[in-house]
Order: sequence, then C-alpha cells, then structure tokens
Amino acid sequence: MNNQQQHQKTMERVQQGLDRRYRKERHFRWLGLGAIILGLLFVSFLFITIISNGYTAFQQTYVKLDVFYDPEMIAPIGETDPEVLSRANYGGLIKASMRQMFPEVTNRREKKVLYGLISTGASYELRNAVMSNPALIGSKAEVWVVADDDVDMLIKGHIDLRLPESDRRIKDNQLGWIHLLQEQDRIEKRFNTTFFTAGDSREPELSGIKGAIAGSFFTLLICLTIAFPVGVAAAVYLEEFAPKNRWTDLIEVNINNLAAVPSIVFGLLGLAVFINFFGLPRSVPLVGGLVLALMTLPTIIIASRAALKSVPPSIREAALGIGASPMQTITHHVLPLALPGMLTGTIIGMAQALGETAPLLMIGMVAFIVDVPGSVMDPSAVLPVQIYLWADSPERAFVERTSAAIMVLLAFLISMNLLAVWLRKKFERRW
Amino acid sequence: MNDTSTAKTGLQSEAGAAMKQNRTAEGTVGEVYVDDPRMTCRNVDVYYGEKQAIFDVSLDVGKNQVISMIGPSGCGKSTFLRCLNRMNDTIDICRVTGQIKMDGQDIYDGGLDVVPLRASVGMVFQKPNPFPKSIYDNIAYGPRIHGLCDDKQHLDSIVEKSLQRAGLWEEVKDRLDQPGTGLSGGQQQRLCIARAIAVSPEVILMDEPCSALDPIATAKIEELIDELRENFTIAIVTHSMQQAARVSQRTAYFHLGKLIEVGETDQIFTSPRHKLTEDYITGRFG
Repeated sequence: MNNQQQHQKTMERVQQGLDRRYRKERHFRWLGLGAIILGLLFVSFLFITIISNGYTAFQQTYVKLDVFYDPEMIAPIGETDPEVLSRANYGGLIKASMRQMFPEVTNRREKKVLYGLISTGASYELRNAVMSNPALIGSKAEVWVVADDDVDMLIKGHIDLRLPESDRRIKDNQLGWIHLLQEQDRIEKRFNTTFFTAGDSREPELSGIKGAIAGSFFTLLICLTIAFPVGVAAAVYLEEFAPKNRWTDLIEVNINNLAAVPSIVFGLLGLAVFINFFGLPRSVPLVGGLVLALMTLPTIIIASRAALKSVPPSIREAALGIGASPMQTITHHVLPLALPGMLTGTIIGMAQALGETAPLLMIGMVAFIVDVPGSVMDPSAVLPVQIYLWADSPERAFVERTSAAIMVLLAFLISMNLLAVWLRKKFERRW
Repeated sequence: MNDTSTAKTGLQSEAGAAMKQNRTAEGTVGEVYVDDPRMTCRNVDVYYGEKQAIFDVSLDVGKNQVISMIGPSGCGKSTFLRCLNRMNDTIDICRVTGQIKMDGQDIYDGGLDVVPLRASVGMVFQKPNPFPKSIYDNIAYGPRIHGLCDDKQHLDSIVEKSLQRAGLWEEVKDRLDQPGTGLSGGQQQRLCIARAIAVSPEVILMDEPCSALDPIATAKIEELIDELRENFTIAIVTHSMQQAARVSQRTAYFHLGKLIEVGETDQIFTSPRHKLTEDYITGRFG
C-alpha cells in the first residue's frame, strides 16, 4: 500500500514537471529554427543584392554604325601588309561615320562630345575586322560597336535624369543624340562577351575577368601541386609512422595553430622569403601559389589526418595480419579509403585559397594588369583582387562589374564545394 | 601496481588450496608441453606501458591441433594470441618478454622479419574485416603481395582452392567480382578465413571468430575449423565454452593474465584440476 502511494506521488511530480520539460524542448527547437531562418535570410539578402547589382553587367550596349572602310584612311585597296593595316587611323573611320549620321554637329567641342558616345575600344574592333579580312577596304558595312560606359549606364537606367545637367555624366545634347539613335534602332543591348574574354581595363566597357580567372587558375595550380602532395605526405607520416612523443605533439599543436594564423601573415612571409630572399618576381602567380600553399597546408594536413584516422583499424589489422608491410598496408588499403576525405579537405582548402586576397596584396598581385597571363611567371591579378580593384574604381559601370565578378567567384566556389560533396558521396564506403 | 600484487597473492592462496596435482610449469596446472609442438612459448610476459597484462605464461601449440583459449573478459587470452604473430607490435606501448618459438625459430628474435612470420601465422579477427574490394581481390591480396602466384591462372586456382577450403566457393563462385563487404556476416568471416589460408600459413590464429555471428553461421565456422585442422594448426580464443568443447583438442584457461590450467579438452570440461577452472566452466563466474 505504502509503495503504491509512493508511486502515485512520484507520478504526480513527474506530471507536474512534464509541461516544463516539453516547453523547454519547444523553445530550444524554435531557437534553432530561428537561427537557421536568420542565416538563410542573410544569405538570400547577400545573393539578392549581388545578383540585382550585377546581372546587368552581363549585357553591354552596342551602337550600330555605317562604316565606310575608306581606302584613303586605311590603305590602298589590295594592301595586305599587317604592318600597314595595323597602323591605320581606325578611330577616324568611326568619327567620319558619326559625323555623317549627325551632320548638324559642327562645333569642335560638340563633336568631341559626340565621339564620346562610342567606346575607344571600337577602333580596335574595326582594326581587327580589317586585319582579318583586308578585302573590306573600300566597302561599306553596318557595324555594331561597343558604346561608351556612360551610354551603357543610361540605357540600363543607372543614370538619374532628374538631376541637373551639370551633375550628370550624360549631358542634354548627348541625350538627344541617343534618342535619335534609339529611334533608328541603332542601340541594342547584347550579351557582354568582352567581360569573359578581356583582361582588366581603365574603360569599364572594355574590362573583363579573363585575366583574373587565368591568374587565379595558375595560382591555384601552383598551390595544389605543392600543398596536396606535401600535405598528404605530412599527414601520412604523422598519423602512421611518427612515434607519439613530445616532439610530434609539439608539431601537431603548431600545425593546428598555423591553421588559425591570419592570412596576411603568410603574405608577409612570402614577401620576405620568396621575393626578397629568393628574388622571385612580384605579382606573379608562382609566388601567389607558393604563399597560398603555405596557407592551405595546415587545412590539408588536418583534413587528411582526420581522414586517415577514420579508416577503421580492422582494415589495417586485416592487411598486417596476412603479412602486408606497413607501407603496403598504407598504400593498398589505408590511402585509398582515406583519399575521398583528403580530396574533400583539399578542395575546401583550395576554395579558401581562391577567395583569399590579403596575402596576395602583400606580394604585389594587386597591380593593374591588362594582359591575360599565359604562364605562372606572367604578372597577373586574381579574382578576389580584381573585385577589390574594381570596387575601388569611381566609374558607375564598375559597380555592376564588381558584383558580376563576385558572382563568377561565387560560382567557382560553389562548384568546388559541390565537387567536394560529390566526391565524398561517390567514394564513401561502408564496412 | 598495487592491485595486481594483491590479486597475485589472492590467486596463490586459492590456487594452493585447489591444486590437486603437481604443476608442470610455474603457476600452471596440467600438461603445458606436447610431444610435437608447432609453437612453444616460455615465460611470456606482456606489458602495456607500466601495466602487466600477461604473467609468465608457458604453453605449447601442437601440430595439426586446435587449441582453444578460454577465460573471463580481460584475462589476457586475446593479448596472448596476438603475441603469436606479433600483432601486438602495432601497439606502441606494448612490450613482450620471454621466448616464443615457431618450429625452433624465436619469433621475437631481432633478426626475424614480421612479414614472413605473419605469412606463416595467419589471423582471423573478432569482427569480420574483409577489404572493401571484390571477393576475388580479398583472397588474391595475400598471394599477390607475397608473390606466390606465377600467372593469372595460378592465382585463379589459389582463389578457388582457398574459397573451397573455407566452404564458400559454392555460394560466391558466380559473383567473385562483387564487393566482399556485401556478403552476410558469416560469409564475410569465412571469406576472412579463406583470405588467411590463401597464403598457406602453418598456423591460423582466431580471435573470437564467431562472436559476431548467429548460431547457424557459427556452426558452419566450427565445422570448417574441424576440417582445417588436417592442414593447419589452429589457436582459437573463444567466449563460448561449448564452442571450445566442440572444436578443440586442447584447452587453456586464462585468469587475470595467468595461464591457470591446460589440458585435453575433455579433461578440462569433465574434471578440471584447478578450483578457478572449475568455477569458470560450471558458470560460477565469468
């Protein structure tokens, strides 16, 4: 009887407490859910701002001109010598075409403003067209040429027309000409191929990210070829061969600490060692890759050690048990099983390196470089540095290009991370 | 250090009271020696760092015999088994003293390489641990690394013969290219046995090979052990006394790192000489 009463009392107490317990659980769940929603909100906010700012950069305004390839201005008909063809005055052709379209513009100053509607890069287009096909000389053609970035901004609606004329990059007379061109269907937005095929430029409409992509590619190539083998070898030695003593403990602590060292410190190290001591040139992907390799090494070593640790000891025992040497055990069994984890860590490290800016500023990869690099020894920029440079530029058209470059960088980062996830899923084994 | 010494004195007084016959080796009751030994162990001590796990064990493993090692958990039977092919070498802090000889050759001699030793003393583990490779590659791995096969045909025949001896051939002959990890637990364990015998060892060590298996798979493995005795010497650690009684000719009883009693299996299970052995096999503890 007594026992039953005791039990009843216990149950009452439990019942009383139940509500509070479940309430706590609910609150905890809401907190977690709230945190995730907040995170998603921030991420979507980031993406929305970047995309809404940047998507217009993938289009570029073109103007249709009636160009007469005047033999007097280029070269006599039949001329094919590239020396002669390349030196001709193609800018004059464009100016002539503009004058012909707007005969009422006679004032010297007004003419200059009129010519400003067309990008300075347009003359290079004409030159390339003529040089690849000298038979054009003497003929007339309709040519679509790149408009100036101010015109581009106007067409894309980034210029506020309510502002007084003096505060606007596009003056009233230019507005009139542009309306005329629009009425004649001579203005069109097209896909901006320049953005993906050109290097940096002072003129926004002529600038592209190919140079930065190539620079990033070469830098990562150097980084990967150095950091992956060294990192994996270090991890294998530490995990499989090294005796467990005070020295290896010290090394382990140091590696973990290195992973947390601010990246600019690696930049300083690279500047002191690779450039000042070894005399390697500045601004080249070789040095950038070396610096980033130093920076990613701890990440790769830590990930590789974790991957090696996660290989079940039973596999090692099985191999050792039938007489495989330690080396055979590692190369035949442990490494293949640990490789997906190692690759995942490496790709994450590479993605980190791809987005790194600070150490590259220290070794001079922040220079303005127009040419697309062809090797690891050519001066070049990298994607994040290019973004940094463009973000600093005053022209309105660089704002959208900055966002577009960020989109390209994010696309690379996301695809690298997806690759890592895919690799992990594909090679995941069960035992 | 302190509790091991108290355990020792406690054991000695118990042992003194229970002893019915003369000891053939210090601390051990029964016939430690056999006429035709494959492996001989003399005064083996094993330490894990400061802690001693095995105390002065002497034991012979007879040719073409199955010797089973029984005892409560933590009594050191697995540790002792792993001394026989130097698997304990993989544990940094483990130290083995004493003498273990195989066919007259000291296996802990500095000049002896562990690779050929492990090729001649194979091992099957508690948990089936096939490589995450095909069934064929699982078996072929040993012969390949030791260079035992001349060509593909020879290797094929080794694989077939090993699987046949392990009683697995009929079940897997049509799917040799499928992963060994896809087999059932009992099949995996027989695959591991086939992998061990593929390099034609002289001794096979089995560390609780059936503890992760159901009774039917266990029965198959036990049957297999009995057949393998013809060609191999087998040392098996088991928690099941029925299993020890069924498969082995000799049985060794371990207690707290000491070898208490060794003898013919029938004799150990019907008329144990030592009080501790009797208590264990009658189920009073362990």
